[in-house]
Amino acid sequence: MDLSLSTETMGDRTIVRVGGEIDVYTAPKLREQLVELVNDGSFHLVVDMEGVDFLDSTGLGVLVGGLKRVRAHEGSLRLVCNQERILKIFRITGLTKVFPIHTSVEEAVAATD
Amino acid sequence: MATVELRFSALPEHVRTARLVAAAVARRAGVDEAVLDEVRLAVGEACTRAVGLHQNGGISAPVKVLLIEEEKQFSIEVGDEAPHTTPGGHTPGATGAEIEEDEMGLAVISGLVDDVEVSAGEHGGSIRMRWSTTPPATFPV
Repeated sequence: MDLSLSTETMGDRTIVRVGGEIDVYTAPKLREQLVELVNDGSFHLVVDMEGVDFLDSTGLGVLVGGLKRVRAHEGSLRLVCNQERILKIFRITGLTKVFPIHTSVEEAVAATD
Repeated sequence: MATVELRFSALPEHVRTARLVAAAVARRAGVDEAVLDEVRLAVGEACTRAVGLHQNGGISAPVKVLLIEEEKQFSIEVGDEAPHTTPGGHTPGATGAEIEEDEMGLAVISGLVDDVEVSAGEHGGSIRMRWSTTPPATFPV
C-alpha cells in the first residue's frame, strides 16, 4: 500500500490526513507536503494518522522535521492517533513527550498551548 | 542454512517487500500473532538502515536478509557490506542527519526486540534479532 495525503483547513489549523504506510520509501512525500504547507504560511498543523497502517523511524524523523519547521514560525504540530501499534513507536522513542497526541481531529483543533 | 534468504538492491522501495516476506515467514514459523507487528517494524528498521549505509557508501552490493526458523525460536539477520571503522561505529562520510536517523532506527529496534545483536567490522555489519516461537514457560517461585 502506498501513502495517501489530503489536506483541509479548519480556522487557522490545517489538517493533514495521512493513510497507508509511512516508511523510507514514502516518507519523502510526507516531508514534501509538510514543507509545502509551511512555505505557504500554514504554521498550525494537525496530522491525522488514523489511516496509517505502518510507521517507522523515517516517518518519525519527518514528523520531527515538520515540528521544527512550524516552531520556527511559532506554530504547532499536533497528532491524532488512537492506534496502539503506532502509539507504541512514539513511546519507545520518547516522542510522546515531544508531540501533543490527540484522540480526534476535533480535540486537536480545539486544543491550545 | 537459512529457511528463507532474501537479497535486494539497496533501494527504499524494496524495504516493504522485505517486511512482508519476513512477517509471512515469521507467522509460518509460529511467532505469536501479537508480535508480528514488532517483527515487521524491526526488520523494516534494520533494512532501512542497511539501505542507507549502502547508498551513503556508494555500495552496489545487495542487502541480505536471512530468515531462520529454529527449534522454539525464529531469527532474522540483516547484513550490510558497509565498512565500519569501529564496532557499532558510523560509516565514514555519513552526515549528522544520517547518523541521527541511523540511531533512531537502532533505538526502535532495541526498544522492540529483547534479543538483538549488532555487529560491525571493516567488511560490513549485521543486526541479528530473535523471537521465541512458543509461549514463555512459567516457573514456580
